[in-house]
Amino acid sequence: MASLLFCGPKLAACGIVISIWGVIMLALLGIFFNVHSGVLIEDVPFTEEDIQKDSSSPQAIYALYDQVGYNCYIAAAIYVFIGLLSFCQARLNKHNEYMER
Amino acid sequence: MGSLFRSEEVCLAQLFLQSGSAYDCISELGELALVEFRDLNPNVSSFQRKFVGEIKRCEEMERILGYLLREIRKASIALPEAEVSPAAPQPRNVLEIMEQLQRLEVELREVNRNKEELQRNLVEFTEYTHVLRVTHSFVQRNSERESLGPQYEEFPCLEKDSVTGYTSMQRLGAKLGFISGLIPRMKVEAFERLLWRVCKGYTILISLCAYCMQGENSMDTVVFLISFWGDQIGQKVQKICECYHCHLYPHPETDEERCDVMESLATRIQDLHTVLSRTEDYLRQVLNKASESVFTWAIQVQKMKAIYHTLNMCSFDVTNKCLIAEVWCPVDSLAALRGALEEGSRRSGATVPSFVNRIPSHDTPPTLLRTNKFTSGFQNIVEAYGVGCYREVNPAPFTIITFPFLFAVMFGDLGHGMVLALFALWMLFHENNPRVKRSRNEIFRILFEGRYIILMMGIFSVYTGLIYNDCFSKSLNIFGSGWSVRAMFSQDQWTNETLRANVLLTLDPNVSGVFSGPYPLGIDPIWNMASNRLTFLNSYKMKMSVILGVIHMTFGVILGVFNYLHFRQRFGLYLLFLPELLFLLCLFGYLVFMVVYKWLAFSSRHSALAPSILVHFINMFLMQGEALESLYPGQMGLQVFLLVVAFLSVPVLLLGKPLYLYWLHQGGKSLGAYRGYERVRRGSEDDVAVMRDNDTEDGGGLSDPTNREIQKRVRHHRHCHTAVTSVIHTIEYCLGCISNTASYLRLWALSLAHGLVCNLFLFITPKTLSHNEIH
Repeated sequence: MASLLFCGPKLAACGIVISIWGVIMLALLGIFFNVHSGVLIEDVPFTEEDIQKDSSSPQAIYALYDQVGYNCYIAAAIYVFIGLLSFCQARLNKHNEYMER
Repeated sequence: MGSLFRSEEVCLAQLFLQSGSAYDCISELGELALVEFRDLNPNVSSFQRKFVGEIKRCEEMERILGYLLREIRKASIALPEAEVSPAAPQPRNVLEIMEQLQRLEVELREVNRNKEELQRNLVEFTEYTHVLRVTHSFVQRNSERESLGPQYEEFPCLEKDSVTGYTSMQRLGAKLGFISGLIPRMKVEAFERLLWRVCKGYTILISLCAYCMQGENSMDTVVFLISFWGDQIGQKVQKICECYHCHLYPHPETDEERCDVMESLATRIQDLHTVLSRTEDYLRQVLNKASESVFTWAIQVQKMKAIYHTLNMCSFDVTNKCLIAEVWCPVDSLAALRGALEEGSRRSGATVPSFVNRIPSHDTPPTLLRTNKFTSGFQNIVEAYGVGCYREVNPAPFTIITFPFLFAVMFGDLGHGMVLALFALWMLFHENNPRVKRSRNEIFRILFEGRYIILMMGIFSVYTGLIYNDCFSKSLNIFGSGWSVRAMFSQDQWTNETLRANVLLTLDPNVSGVFSGPYPLGIDPIWNMASNRLTFLNSYKMKMSVILGVIHMTFGVILGVFNYLHFRQRFGLYLLFLPELLFLLCLFGYLVFMVVYKWLAFSSRHSALAPSILVHFINMFLMQGEALESLYPGQMGLQVFLLVVAFLSVPVLLLGKPLYLYWLHQGGKSLGAYRGYERVRRGSEDDVAVMRDNDTEDGGGLSDPTNREIQKRVRHHRHCHTAVTSVIHTIEYCLGCISNTASYLRLWALSLAHGLVCNLFLFITPKTLSHNEIH
């Protein structure tokens, strides 16, 4: 295990902050997409035929909503992973700094 | 216990301090931070004051402490900062501290000097080793070839047969000499050229590989070796080398000498390394020991200097045994002041106690407002605009609510408000963490000082975010929207054809079922998806800003009433407050009335007929408006009346107070009501001083003509001053009314900008980026 350290202290701190923001925001967005909130309609990739297909209840649109929601959850999971990585890097950096002294 | 509403009552007191216990008493007073000392020796320069010697000694100690702190910081040793500040030391303990500090300084300076010298030596030895090694490799290479031909450059002046050239010079008896050393790479070319020109080709310069010295002054240096015939050339070469600031090292003649020198150098370098590391360890040890008490000493010296500075402000009484000091002390703290003096006298073991005496004064006392960690932030913001006069109403307690609220109106975002509030809460929880308290980052310090303000701003932003229905620029549908698109279809207003034919369609609230009532709290979430969202919101937010602005300004004007009542200036109520209020309300209050009336009187059925408030307001000033339909019966008449009242209040504001004061002075009828003033203003703007002059003039029978002349001139000067102040105040107030009402529109502008930027940053940019990738 030569050196697991590949980023400096500032990059690691940056990574932690962005990961926390990413996790919270994407998790909430995922929840809102699953609840089929109307405000997010612009972000759902539907086409003309999807609108024509449903007559009474917009099942296709709901399915698309759920899909985008799951995408958001996956992105949140990736951010969790990146956050843990940054946290480990930050701890290693602090350990090195202590040892150098 | 003072309140924040008005500054505290402060009185002037005289302290009589025994010379023996003066130091201790002032130390106690300093710890309590109760009083403000007045300088009783203003004409004495700082070099002629009594305690100047002690202050010089303190400054000397501060200098040494500064040097120590710098050294400690350079060695990155942590400073243990104590929680409780130590008290000022007794004068007899000071000598001890001084002695220790001087000893530390001398030691540190010596150790540093030695260290530098050792490092210099180390550098020299390493360079010499390298030079020897490099030239050794060259000479070896050369001796293998058995010719001294130049490796680097051909000099055309040499004989063609270089081999015989060598022997011929030997026959001449000239000695082959060598000079070796180091020269910076930049100067090599010039050096070579100069050598060739001066020595006419009888020297050979060989510049060998570069050598980069690790250290503070790391330069690219090149090792060179010059070989020459004869002594005179040798001297010239030596002088040239000195010119170029080369580091010259003696070149050994034989191989054995070279080996010897290299060995001795190696051992010496080894020794130096050891010595250097020992020196550094010792230095660190010294600094560590010093760091334990340096911080305490620094604070103690600071306090001592402050005490002597204060003692310099006191004056000695006639018998020279007791110091007299004049202090401004809050009336409520006189008991604490007495207690502190007793404590000081007891500590110094004086027989005669020091005591305090309250004396009357004609000067204006200073303004004192006691704040805690919550209110101090707001008080600082208010004081940035100016500190109030003695016993005036303090606007800070109201700022605690209005400042964060107006910020929130501009920020209005639920999500961001929560982030802000959480950040402030984090700072609050780590309030007592010493690492956070001692942080040296400027920006973080500013944010930390205002942590309560930021918390309030965050909480209020959450509230206004709920009202604007804006969470990271998306609306939350909590209660269910009041608009229904389905009703447009069920009432046969729209069909599928309509959808296909038109890009934009407007929901008609007059159709039954479309609009089922206003959203319970805030703005309806459907507006987030509407294309004409900004048209609606702009109108709403602009009107809201003007309404908030007029209310805020009226409140400010009303606060002035408390001042007039407190200082018993009843004329201020009628001649200043009333015209100001009438001006503001008749013009802008009426505007607010029109806005609210339009909101209430016109429903969606008559919305096409609703007139523009702006046009009506402009016509009010132009006194036209017969062409327009009136908002309500009697509008023209009311508007003319309001306009007349507003315009009449301006001259009253302008001339009322100066004329009244002038009449009062001339007539002098109702003086009796104006006795008993608490406040006396220092300097010229004195209604009260005018009163008192009046008193003395009427009351005292003996007044010589010259005195009268002077008094008359002084009074005339005061009237002019009052008149000019009145003019300035009137112009400032009237223009300020108009310009400040308009500037409240920033509440609209910033909330608009915030929404747009947030939307752009969080939603549109990622979407654009992802679309660009896909296509």
